Formats: sequence, C-alpha cells, structure tokens
Amino acid sequence: MNHWIVAPIVLPAILAPFSIMVLRYHLDLQRIFSVAGVVALLGIALTITAQASGGDIQVYELGDWPAPFGIVMVLDRMSAMMVLLTALLALPIVLYAIASGWDDRGKHFHALFHFQLMGVCGAFLTGDAFNLFVFFEVLLIASYGLMTHGGGAVRLKAGVQYVAYNLLGSTLFLFALGTIYGVTGTLNMADIATRVAEIPAEDTALLRVGAVLLLLVFCIKAAVLPLHFWLPASYANAPMPVAALFAIMTKVGAYSILRMFTLAFGPDVAATEGLAGEWLQPAALVTLAVGTIGILGSKHIARMVAFCAIASMGTLLIAISQFTPDATAAALYYVFHSTLATALLFLVADLVMARRGGAIAPTPPMPQSGLVSALFFVGAIAMAGMPPLSGFIGKLLVLDASRDASDATMVWAVILISSFVTIIGLARAGTLIFWKSHDTQAVPIEMPAENEAAPEPVAPEPQPGLAFTAVFGAVAGLILLTLFAGPALEYTSQTAEQLFAPENYISAVLGGAE
Amino acid sequence: MEALVASAVGILTAAGIFLILRRRTFPVILGLSLITYAVNVFLFATGRLALNAPPVLNKYKDVAYTDPLPQALVLTAIVISFGMTAVIVMISLSAYLSSKDDHIDMTAQDSVDAAGEDA
Repeated sequence: MNHWIVAPIVLPAILAPFSIMVLRYHLDLQRIFSVAGVVALLGIALTITAQASGGDIQVYELGDWPAPFGIVMVLDRMSAMMVLLTALLALPIVLYAIASGWDDRGKHFHALFHFQLMGVCGAFLTGDAFNLFVFFEVLLIASYGLMTHGGGAVRLKAGVQYVAYNLLGSTLFLFALGTIYGVTGTLNMADIATRVAEIPAEDTALLRVGAVLLLLVFCIKAAVLPLHFWLPASYANAPMPVAALFAIMTKVGAYSILRMFTLAFGPDVAATEGLAGEWLQPAALVTLAVGTIGILGSKHIARMVAFCAIASMGTLLIAISQFTPDATAAALYYVFHSTLATALLFLVADLVMARRGGAIAPTPPMPQSGLVSALFFVGAIAMAGMPPLSGFIGKLLVLDASRDASDATMVWAVILISSFVTIIGLARAGTLIFWKSHDTQAVPIEMPAENEAAPEPVAPEPQPGLAFTAVFGAVAGLILLTLFAGPALEYTSQTAEQLFAPENYISAVLGGAE
Repeated sequence: MEALVASAVGILTAAGIFLILRRRTFPVILGLSLITYAVNVFLFATGRLALNAPPVLNKYKDVAYTDPLPQALVLTAIVISFGMTAVIVMISLSAYLSSKDDHIDMTAQDSVDAAGEDA
C-alpha cells in the first residue's frame, strides 16, 4: 500500500496537538513548525498529485481491513488535486497570519489551523460516507475556534449563528447517512454505488429521500441559495486570514456533491436519475444572482468579499450541475481559480481594514495606498473574470461547456450579466475606498469614540513585507494558473473522465483486497 | 415498537425545530440537543429494530443478532454532538458576556458596529 495517501491527514494530526501541548507558550516555535508543516504538506500534496496523475486509483485501507468493512482512503485525480489546492492555499495564508500578527490575537491559532487542514484533506481523501461526516466535523470544530479567534462581541455573536447553523447541518448529514444505510446497508461510497444500482426501481423511494438529504447537506456547506444565510455574517466577521482559509470550506461541499453524485447517485443511475442536476441548476443560478446583488449592496469590504465567495460558488455549481465531462473539467479549473481569488480578496480586505477600516466609504488616505489598491485591482479582475487572469479562462470554459445544455440561454445570460454587475460592484468599492480618499471633506467620517465592539486597534503590521509577500504569493498562484492553463485543463479533463467512469473507482476499492 | 420509536423521533425533531426557531440562544441550544437525540434514535433504528438480540454473532448456535454498525455510528454521533454542544454553549456564553445580550440574531446595532467597527 502507498502510505503517502494518508500522510496529508497524519501530518497535521500530529502537528496540531504537538503545537498545543509542547509549544504552548512559544509563539515563535509554533510559527516555525506551522510554516514547516504547511510546506511539508505542500510537498506531500505534490507527491500524491504526481502519483495520481497517471490515472491509477489507489486505495489505502486503514488497519488493513478490506474495503466494505474497513474505512478506506482513496486517491484519484480529483482528491489529489483538491489536497494540492488546500496546501497551496494554506501557505500564503499562514504566512499572512504570522506577518499580520493575527495568530497572536488569541490562543492556539496554529493548532486550530492544522486541525482545519486535517479535516479538509481528510474529507477530500476519504472513501467512506460516514468518515466524510467525521472529517466534516473535524474541519468544522476547528473552524469554530478559528472563526471566533481574537474574540469581540460582534464576532462571537456571528460565531454563535455559524455554529448553530452548522450543527443543524451535521444533524441533517446524520439523518441522510442513516437513511442511506437503512436502504443499502453500507456506508462505503463504492459499495453504496454498487448497491444503488442493484435496488429494484419500486423500492427506491427511501433512497431518493436519502440522496436529496445528502444533497441538502452539501448545499449548506457550499452555501447554495437558499441555504447560504450562514456565510455572509460569519465570513465577514471572521478574522480575514481565516475567512481566506474558509474559501476552501465551501469547496469541500462542492467536492462532495461532485463525488457522491457522480459515483453513487450518478447521472446514469436509474433510481436517482437527473436528481441532483435538476435541483442544483436553478439553485446555482439564483446563488450567482444573489451573490452578485450582494456585492453591489455591501457597505463593508469584508461583507462584499463574502458575497464574492457566494457568487463564485454559484458559477462553480452551474458548471457542476450539468454533470457532463466537459462542464466538470471546467468546474474543476474554476475551483482552483475561485479559491485562490477569494482568498486573495480576503487578504487584501485585511490589508485595507488594518489601515483605514473596512467601510466602503471615503476616508482619509491610508499608508501604502498604491500597493494595496493595485492588489485589490488584481483580485477584482480575477474575481470578476476579466482577462488576462484565470477567472476569464474559467468563466469562458464554463460558458463553452454549457453551450449544449437545454437552458443554455439562461445560463449564459445569468453568468454574463452577473459578471458585468460584479465588475460594477467591485469598481464602485475600489473607487470609494481608494480614489475618493482625497476629497473626504464632503463626507465627514464619524469616528466611533468608545466602540467596544471594535475588536482590534488599527495597528500597522509587525512585518508588512512578509504580509505583502504572502499576498503576492496568492497573486502568483493566479498568474501561474493562467500561464499553465493548458496543462491544468488537460489534468482537469482527465479528472472529469475518471469521475464519469465510476466503475474503475468501484473496482479499485472493492476489488483491491489483495 | 416501530410506532413508538418513529413517534419518538418525530416528536423530538418537531420540538427541536420549534426551539431552534426561538430568538434567544438558550432555547436554540436546547433545540439542537433535542434534534441530536432524535438523530441518535433514528440512526439506531436504521439497523432495523430487534428485541433482545445482542450485536454479536454467536458461532455455537444460531440465535438472533442485531446489526452492530448503527450502534458504533450512534456512539460516534453522541460523542461528536456532545462536544459540539459544549462548544456552542461556551461560544454563546462568551457572546452573551461580551455583548450583554443573548439574542441569536444580529441586531441592527450589531450591523452598525460591524460596518463602522474601524471606520
């Protein structure tokens, strides 16, 4: 067995408790180990992506228990790619958190950060539905800590909503898994797929209920309308580097939809035929529309970026909900782009908020305004999907892939109009924040005299150079994704082919006992 | 037996949902606990209800047994929901203590604070 498969889970799982128990009082050592851990994770992710790119599906049996009975980790192109994305995202964020001093504003930032990475990587690698639930809980419980990191009344109130919403989502996940287990008698994803195909058509009512419940749960994670209400308040009030890391969390929902609804409840399974696409497509269109309206209507930069995250999930799910290899390849490319772009904008939002506050209104000029506004400009171009950055290629691919869909006109109209409105919204925010800063006489700013809710004093970062390096790292990721769009697209097309041939996955998992 | 378990799950869920829709954090947390109880009973029933049957195979004689897997799942679910409830209690307590207000919704004042927190 290839032990590299389990390494992305084991490494943070060791590092996080080590950081709590041994390095508890040594922030410097925590930082060193944390960065080293993320770099090592990146190395592991590159290794397993290289291994998976050959097209073999590799299975890791925990405790050497054969597949339907024990828990398996499965490495295929999609899971390797998502782990790589997680590691690539984590590196600039951890550097930024150190440079901006965010990790010093509460306890155990680095431990929680690595627990979060463990949960995310585990969710991408697992081949067992209940284990997926467990990894969801791992990443959620770490995210509760990260979201309320640093404290403050408003952040804690937003935290309560976030935890309550996700607790309800977890309960729904358990109901879904219980229903599916009750019908199929198994929780191994590959085994569910074989059983679902064997169930006679008249006995599938309960199975369809289970599948829809599962879809609902993943839609909560992916912040699909009308289940997106948790996202704006929690992302906007979380510490910004954490919100940048959370950009991968909505993608865990999208990944799970793609995994379960190509493997077990795929488009050619009679019992659940067209179930996911039929419901998901309209929801995704509305998600994109509402996200875009939110961008236009936000009064705070963090909230605006949160709505950007919702809008990009809308675009992503429009592509996913078609369930064709072309659209899936486009979606996988767009996942990479939108995660990096969202994270970049959140980090830029933090640069802005640390210097002048986050309100989208004219204020006196801030230090390093030129550099920060240039970064905002890059992030906005990427997010809106304008050339030359990868957002343009991603949206073009999505549009191209949906050309043959039944409601192509609708899809094209929504994507194009919302891109236009996004450009307007981001341009408006950029203008008010960066350009209007010189004629502030017109609008007197009210300084909150004793605002106890203001969580952090406005202080320049201890190491602004490193902070900018981290943000430029995210920019570099986007540029590389644009330059190497060809190889990246080839990889995602192969990934999509692999996803739409689930029999290979099933035989790798269930036949891999020797 | 089936009717009893089914109505227990139903009533617990209904009561839980009613409580979750309240405005203050304490009833919401109680509601979440009730729903996790409901899901635990539900998971238990997914292995089919069997009376007086141990969850182990007996290799010496042919006796009834019940599916052990749901019991393991319920155990995991109980542990996780217990931990999560503890977390939400702590977060809501600190939210209450720092804002002197235990409403679960963000009030208009909160939004003002959030928008102008560092303006």
